[in-house]
Amino acid sequence: MDNIHTLQEFMLHTKNIIYILILLALAAFPLFWRFLNGRDKE
Amino acid sequence: MTSPQTTTGPGRLLTPFNLVAGIIVVFGMIITILRFTGGLASVTNLSDDNPWGLWIGFDLLVGVALAAGGYVTSAAVYIFGLKRFHAAVRPAILTGFLGYALVVLALHYDVGRPWRLPYPFVVSAGTTSLLFEVAACVALYLTVLFIEFSPAALEWLGLKRARHLVTRLTLVLTILGVVLSTLHQSSLGALFLIVPAKLHPLWYTPYLPIYFFITSTIAGLSMVICESALSHRYFHGKMDAAHLSGNRDLTLGFGKAASWVLLGYFVIKVIGIAADNQWHYLGTGFGAWYLVELLGFVALPAFMYAVGVREKNITIIRWTAAWTVLGIVVNRFNVCLVAFNWHLPAEQRYFPHWMEIGISVFIVTLGILVFRFIVTRMPILHAHPDYDAH
Repeated sequence: MDNIHTLQEFMLHTKNIIYILILLALAAFPLFWRFLNGRDKE
Repeated sequence: MTSPQTTTGPGRLLTPFNLVAGIIVVFGMIITILRFTGGLASVTNLSDDNPWGLWIGFDLLVGVALAAGGYVTSAAVYIFGLKRFHAAVRPAILTGFLGYALVVLALHYDVGRPWRLPYPFVVSAGTTSLLFEVAACVALYLTVLFIEFSPAALEWLGLKRARHLVTRLTLVLTILGVVLSTLHQSSLGALFLIVPAKLHPLWYTPYLPIYFFITSTIAGLSMVICESALSHRYFHGKMDAAHLSGNRDLTLGFGKAASWVLLGYFVIKVIGIAADNQWHYLGTGFGAWYLVELLGFVALPAFMYAVGVREKNITIIRWTAAWTVLGIVVNRFNVCLVAFNWHLPAEQRYFPHWMEIGISVFIVTLGILVFRFIVTRMPILHAHPDYDAH
């Protein structure tokens, strides 16, 4: 937070974190799908 | 095939439920007289700092969200073509109709001059106000729900031609219902965009309208599961074979949908914190309460729904649905009451008067009584023998 002085720095900081979160979510969704439907074939 | 009881006998009047409901109704009537003779100050703790209290936070915000089962179920069946859930439409529409009707009833208590409620439509249309949009949508959607519910009443009354006419409007009404619900469910969240200085930063976000809309679908799915579980238990004799056999499929299907929506909601809630860079608030007292809401009432039910669906365990799904409904109540209370005016000293914070709580309990009780009156008489949980259910 201390290094953020401009709107550009704020956007860069928050967007960086959001991109990481989106990647984590994209990885989590298929795993959740597998967990949810894991027993369907049994 | 199980044939439902289509007539109601005299039954026992003095049951524990009737006794408790009767006491609540009597007290509710007394508080109602006090409210409309003595004004808001005589029965509420509302003030200029806190003009929106329990009657908005619970009766309106929670009531509208929990009534979302109507548009969610009818959209699933008539727009997405999931005909196997058809048996759930009428109970969901009835719950939605009663929910909205009680929201409007509760507004008469909360608004200082309730006789002016129609003013936005006939005297002064504030078309730039979100409240105008909410008022217009709620009025229109209540009308839509009434027409959607009317076939059951018309079948009960034996008015075949009118019933035939109304059922031809089903698809149009469903589309109208989805459009109006999308508009006003999100607008109820957007109302709070006007108070960035009053709402705690963790709850204040430009995404509030999106959050309110998504949580309304979660509330709708969970309420349908809860309502079907309670109907299964208390109105078992009124259900026909289609309702009895479809109950398990409905619970699994809606449970799976709810787990996905909750997961998506959890992700965008975290993204919301990141977008506003509010991480540092999570270490405060309000942050701890926010995490209780986010982890306890969003992440946990998403996981528990998934466990229930994976294990085909109806009991887990039903309890998770009840927990999720509680989570919706917590969310709306947080936005409207707990995190609202968060910077004010404790003595200026709002806590509802016991008579405010009394009126809310009274209105919920009225809803349960009317629901029971209707499902024990009209073809809600069973198809009328004279008509094809589909």
